[in-house]
Amino acid sequence: MNLVALLTDALLNTLRDVLPIVVVIFAFQLLVLRRPILHWPRVAVGIVCVVLGLALFLVGLELALFPLGKEMARQLADPNFVRGNAQPTSASETNLPIMWHFYYWAYLFAFLISFSATIAEPALLAIALKAHDVSGGTLQVWPLRVAVALGCGTGVMLGVLRIILGVPLPYFILVGYLLVIVQTYFAPRQIVPLAYDSGGVTTSTVTVPLVAALGLGLAEQIPGRDPLEEGFGMIALAVLFPMITVMGYAQLAQWWISRRR
Amino acid sequence: MKLSETRDLLWLFTRPIWESTRDLLPIVATVGLFQVLVFRQALENWAQLLVGLILVILGLTLFVVGLKIGLFPLGEQMARDFARKGSVPWLIAFAFALGFGTTFAEPALIAVASKAAELAVNDSTTATAQQEVLQQRFALILRATVAVAVGFALVIGVVRIILGWPLHYLIMAGYALVLLITPLAPSNIIAVAYDSGGVTTSTITVPLTAALGVGLASSIKGRNPLLDGFGLIAFASLTPIIFVLILGMLWS
Repeated sequence: MNLVALLTDALLNTLRDVLPIVVVIFAFQLLVLRRPILHWPRVAVGIVCVVLGLALFLVGLELALFPLGKEMARQLADPNFVRGNAQPTSASETNLPIMWHFYYWAYLFAFLISFSATIAEPALLAIALKAHDVSGGTLQVWPLRVAVALGCGTGVMLGVLRIILGVPLPYFILVGYLLVIVQTYFAPRQIVPLAYDSGGVTTSTVTVPLVAALGLGLAEQIPGRDPLEEGFGMIALAVLFPMITVMGYAQLAQWWISRRR
Repeated sequence: MKLSETRDLLWLFTRPIWESTRDLLPIVATVGLFQVLVFRQALENWAQLLVGLILVILGLTLFVVGLKIGLFPLGEQMARDFARKGSVPWLIAFAFALGFGTTFAEPALIAVASKAAELAVNDSTTATAQQEVLQQRFALILRATVAVAVGFALVIGVVRIILGWPLHYLIMAGYALVLLITPLAPSNIIAVAYDSGGVTTSTITVPLTAALGVGLASSIKGRNPLLDGFGLIAFASLTPIIFVLILGMLWS
């Protein structure tokens, strides 16, 4: 059965991911630090859990979500589907050019799918748990995850808009970074490092393949776009916008608290 | 393993499955809604879908358990041991090795690099066989570049934690540099470069570096774990952009 093949494949990929980490850590722990690893059976069980869990997770995604997501992105950008939304009847108008706002289902889908992929992202969950611990419970896990997910959703939606309009990526990046710089001066100091980290954290196991498939599916369907060239650039926006929303969330929370006093 | 430890482990595994289920609900809802309301089609192979979802939920639960008993304690212990040893050069060597090692083997990066090579080495005047060799070489160089960039990022990040530099000046200077050199780089490498920052941070590297950063910040006097502990990943998603842009300039 191909489930077994998928599982071994995923397990090998995950092992290849983990092996260098294990080698580096053990080499330093034994040769440089020369200290035994505390509770090593427990740690070993933990690493096995992480590898096994990640492999199962990847196979599940491959079976359930990725094929569906890819197919949907392709359908949403299909010229017939896009035109059908905008003009249900008159045959004389079918030769009109497709305008950027005809793609509203594609924007909505891009936002929702990247929002939900971010909520399911294990790396983000890890960072949120850590932040919760370190802050002594003041930074809640869920608001942080939702803030990051809103940012990722916005970023990917803008990425879709960019592909449809054909605007060069650096303009979007420039405006985004200017916003980040301005916000850094106004946001509470404690949130800034976490906000900067959250961008890189979002784009992991779930988001990268889904977003890449979305970009590729769109670029294939839209006339005048090179799939290879336009498929890139979505992830950059998905990294940028969570910084903005996480700082924005902290600013809002601060404002809310000061207003209630 | 002692009896109490085994009991602890079992207790951890009972992280309610529904927490993982809840994490996945939004994706299922989005896909389901679009299928039903927009495309108006029934899902064809729902049995496969169900098996997939069960695997995802099981996998996520195992991952979180492993995180709590394996990766987090390991990263924190290493940070403490390094702080106790007090050798900065070894710590820097460790940070570089960790960044380089994890990134060079990263599956997402391998996939992106080979796609990027198709894009960058695309000259219709040369023979296909020769082009393929060039593409493979480009993909390898790209991976090595990104891996060096991430190694370098963790080194800066660790040095920053030790010396207590504020993060935002460094990050802003980095992004200013990105925007400055973007116009100088060949246009087909720009999007690849910007994306390479995002794909480097894998699901296993993230918790480990976070634990390392927070562990270091808590063992050095005068550092705040929240202010100084985070930020390693921010560097890891910034430096690859700069390095790949420079690679693009040198390659052309």
